[in-house]
Amino acid sequence: MSSNINRKKVMKKGIIRFIDIFKENKMGVLGFYIIVFFLLVAFVGPLIYSYNPQEFAKGGLIAPPTKGFPLGTDDMGRSILGALIYGAKVSLMIGIFATLISVFIGTFIGIVSGFAGGKFDSVLMRITDGFMVLPKLPLIMILAALLGSSTRNIIIVLGLTGWTGTTRLVRSQTLSVKQRPFIERAVSVGAGKGYIMFRHILPNVFPLVFSNTILVAAGAILTETTLSFLGLGNPLVPSWGQILRGAFTSGAVSIGAWWYFVPAGLCVILLVLGFTLLGYSFDEILNPKLRRY
Amino acid sequence: MSSIVDLKQLKVNFQIRQGFIKEVIKREKKIVKAVDNIDLSIKKGEILSLVGESGSGKTTTGRAILQLVEKTDGEILFDGKEINNKSNGYMKNFRKRAQMIFQDPYQSLNPKFMVIDIVAEPLQLMKIKVSEEEKIDKVVKALEFAGLRPGKDYLYRYPHELSGGQRQRVSIATCFIVSPDFIVADEPVSMLDASVRADIIKLFVEMKQKKNISFLFITHDLSLSWLISDRIAIMYLGKIVELGKADLIAGACRHPYSQALTSVLAVVGDRRKRKRIVLEGEIPSPINTPSGCRFHTRCPLVKEKCKIEEPKLREIEEEHYVACHYPEIIK
Amino acid sequence: MKNENILEVSNLKTYFKIKEGIVKAVDGVSFSLKKGESLGLVGESGCGKTTTALSIIKLLADNGYIEDGKILFKEKDITKMTESEMLPIRWKDISIIFQGSMNALNPVMRVSDQIVEAIQLHENISDKEARERVTKLLELVNLDTGLIDSYPHEFSGGMRQRAMITMALACNPGLIIGDEPTTALDLMVQAQIIDLINDLRKKLDTSMIIITHDLSIITEICDRIAVMYAGKIAEIGTVQDVIFNYKHPYTEKLIKAFPNIYREREMVESIPGFPPNLLDPQKGCLFADRCHKKIGEICEKVDPNLIKVGGKNHMVACHLWEGKDE
Repeated sequence: MSSNINRKKVMKKGIIRFIDIFKENKMGVLGFYIIVFFLLVAFVGPLIYSYNPQEFAKGGLIAPPTKGFPLGTDDMGRSILGALIYGAKVSLMIGIFATLISVFIGTFIGIVSGFAGGKFDSVLMRITDGFMVLPKLPLIMILAALLGSSTRNIIIVLGLTGWTGTTRLVRSQTLSVKQRPFIERAVSVGAGKGYIMFRHILPNVFPLVFSNTILVAAGAILTETTLSFLGLGNPLVPSWGQILRGAFTSGAVSIGAWWYFVPAGLCVILLVLGFTLLGYSFDEILNPKLRRY
Repeated sequence: MSSIVDLKQLKVNFQIRQGFIKEVIKREKKIVKAVDNIDLSIKKGEILSLVGESGSGKTTTGRAILQLVEKTDGEILFDGKEINNKSNGYMKNFRKRAQMIFQDPYQSLNPKFMVIDIVAEPLQLMKIKVSEEEKIDKVVKALEFAGLRPGKDYLYRYPHELSGGQRQRVSIATCFIVSPDFIVADEPVSMLDASVRADIIKLFVEMKQKKNISFLFITHDLSLSWLISDRIAIMYLGKIVELGKADLIAGACRHPYSQALTSVLAVVGDRRKRKRIVLEGEIPSPINTPSGCRFHTRCPLVKEKCKIEEPKLREIEEEHYVACHYPEIIK
Repeated sequence: MKNENILEVSNLKTYFKIKEGIVKAVDGVSFSLKKGESLGLVGESGCGKTTTALSIIKLLADNGYIEDGKILFKEKDITKMTESEMLPIRWKDISIIFQGSMNALNPVMRVSDQIVEAIQLHENISDKEARERVTKLLELVNLDTGLIDSYPHEFSGGMRQRAMITMALACNPGLIIGDEPTTALDLMVQAQIIDLINDLRKKLDTSMIIITHDLSIITEICDRIAVMYAGKIAEIGTVQDVIFNYKHPYTEKLIKAFPNIYREREMVESIPGFPPNLLDPQKGCLFADRCHKKIGEICEKVDPNLIKVGGKNHMVACHLWEGKDE
C-alpha cells in the first residue's frame, strides 16, 4: 500500500532526526552507553563467565582478588565477579518491569483524572496524595514482608508504590493539553472521551512520560537494591543489593574487604547514573523549547 | 423549513469560579450572561456574520450551536428539529452535518498527527466506511479543494511544517471532507497575514455557491464580514442589536452602536473626511450588565427610557431588525 | 541639533545565528526620521519590521547581531554601543511599547509604582515628584487618575495599553517605538488609542515609529510609511505617496488585500506563494517569484536598490521604475 510506505518513510525520517539530535547530547550518549554496557554484562556476561550461586567455598572466604577470582570471593566463597554479572540481570529486570507497571498505572490515572476534572479528579488526586505522603520504604518493607520476597512480588510492590510521581506529571500535562483548541476540534468532529484521551492527549503527553519513565527506572533500581540490602529481597537470587547485604552482615566492611562491597556499590551508582543521564537528556531534547511551531 | 439553524431565546450563562468561602459559605454566585436571550435564523445557503467586540457573546453563540458549550435556556433548532444531544445516533449525524473552523491555526491541529490523519479523522469517527484507497482519494480531493495542490504532497506532513495559511486550509479540508450543511467559522483568518486572508474567505464563498453550505461567520472585522456575507448581525454584551443585509449594515445601519462601529472602521487610503463616532469608555462587565438597554451607558443618544426598559429586536423595515427605542432619530 | 533628523538608519543589516546557518532578518534597511514625525513600518510576518525596531533599541535576542550599517540617534552613533552604554539611552531617549504589552505589566505591583520605578531608574527625582508626573501623564492619556494605584488586573485591556503608553512617555523620550500598538484590542478601543496617539502627536514633540501589519491604521496615525518585505524596504514615502500613488507591486497587492467598505463590494486578493526563506535568500529581488509585474530576468538576478520616484522623498526598490526615476 503506497500510503503505508510513505507513512513509514516519514516516520523513519523523524526517528533519524531524533537520533541525530540525541547524538549531540553528550550527557545522554554517555548514559546510553552505560546502560548498553550493563545490558551486555547482564545478557552476554553469563555466557562468558559461568557462575553458580549454589556452589560454595570454591575460593577462600572473603578472599581478595586472585587469578581465578578477579574480584575476590564473598563470605561463602563464591566469585564476586560472577555475582555482579548475574546480579546485573536481576537488578535490571526488576527495575525495568517495576517501572513499566508504575508508569502504566501513573499515565492511565493521570490522563483519566486530568481529563475528567471535577470531583472525580479531586478524589483521585487526594488518593494519590495519600500514596505520595506515605513513607515509601516502610510501606514497601511491610508489603514485601507480607507478600513474601519472591522476585515477582518485589516487582509488584515496587510497581504499585512508584506511580504517584508519574500521575502528577501526566495529570498536569493533560490539563494543559486539554485546553488546546485541537481537543475542541476533536469533539466537534464527533470524538468520544476515550478516543480523545488516548488518541489525542496521550501522544502529546507521551514525550514527557518517556523521559519520566527513564528517571523512574533509576529510582526503581535503587529501591530494589535497598530492599535487598535490608534483607527483603529473595536471598536465593543474586542481585547487587544482596551482595551489599552480604558484605555488611559478614563484617566485610569492617575488615576492609573492599572487593566485596565497592564493586557492587559502584555498579549500582553507575547504572542509576546511566538512567538518570539518559532521562535528563530526553527531557532536554523533548522540551517544548526545541519544538518548532 | 428554509432555515438551517434557528435560535429561539437562547441563553448561555457561565458561572465564575470564586474562592471556596464565597461560593460554598456565602453562596455568592457570579454569573456571566454571555448570550442573553437572542433570536436568530440562519437561512440555508447563506453566509451570516456575527460581528462584535469582546464580551459580545458571538463566539459563545457559535459554540452553543455546535454543542461545544451547554446552553442555559432557549431552543436551538437544526434543520427544523431541536438538537438532541443525549442521543448518540443523533449526535453522530449532527456532527457530520455541522462543523467548525477554529481561529488559531497554530493550535487547532494536533501536532502529533500527520495531515492525512487529521483530514481523514472525521471519516473514521463518523464511521463512514471507505477502503484505504478511497480514503486517500477523498483526503486528496479535500486538500485540493482547500487550495493545497498537489494534495498528495501534503498527506504525510506534520502541522509544524506548514504555514498558518496552509494549516487553516487543512482545517477547511477537514470540514469539507464530510460535506456538511452548516459551518461555524470562528475568526478563521484573524491570525493570518492580510495577503493570505482573501484566498481563505474566497473558499467559503465557493463552498456556499457550489455546495450550498451555510455559514455562521464569527468575526470582529466588520469589513471582512461585509465582503462575503449575505447578512450581518451585530452583537453587544450578549444581545443582537442589529440584523440586516450586509450592504445595509455597512452603509445605512440604524443602531447607535452599529453606527459608531462602522464610523471608526479604518480603511486603507480613505480620502473621505468622515465623522468618527468614538465611544467613550469600554464595554461594561458582563457580570453586572447595565439596566434597560445595555448600550445606554455609552450611547451618544441616550434618553430616559433607555435606562429603564430593554429594547426588543424588532423589524423596522423589510429584513432589517434593530434593538433600539429610537432608531428613527438616526439617519 | 543641526540636523532635523532625530534618527538616521543607514544600510542596517541584522542577522540571527541559528544551527542551520544565518538568517538575514534585516538586510540593508535605510530610512530617516525627523523630529516630531511619525513613521509606519508596515509588512507581514517575517518581513523584519520588529527586528529593525529591536536593533535600534538594542534588545535583540542572544543570537542576533548587527552585521553592518549605522544607526545615528540625535547624531550619535549607537550602532556599536554596549549594553551599559545603551542603558541611559533606553527609556530616557528611546522607549518602546511592545506587542501585547498589556500583559507586560508586573501583576504584583501597582500601576503607579511601576511607572514611578521606570522614571526613577533614569532620573534622580523624589517619589513625590515622580508621582506628580505620573498623574499628569495619566491625564494626558485619558486615564482616570483616581485609578492610579490599581493593580494591572483591575484594568481592562485598553486601560493597560494606555498605562503602557504612559510608561513609554514617562521620561519624555525623543523617540517612541510602538510595536503593533492596536493589535488585540477591540475595535472601539483601537479607535480610542488611535485618537490618543494622534493627540499626543499634536501635543508633544516626540517622534514615533509605529510597527504594524495593519495598513488601515497606518493611514490614521503616520506621516510616512516604509513597506518592508523579506528584510528590506520595498517602498518608502509619505502616506499620500505610498498609499495613493504606490509604485511597488507588493505595496499594490498589500493595499488590495484590505477590504474597503466605502467602495463597491470588490473581493480582496491574496498574494500567491510564500514569503522567502531568509536563511538562504535567493539572488535578485526577493519578491520576484510572487510578483505579477515581473519584467524579466533582471528581477531574478539583480537585487533592486531604492531609487527616488518623485513626490516627497518617495522611494521604491523595483526594477520597474528604473530609468523612470528622478
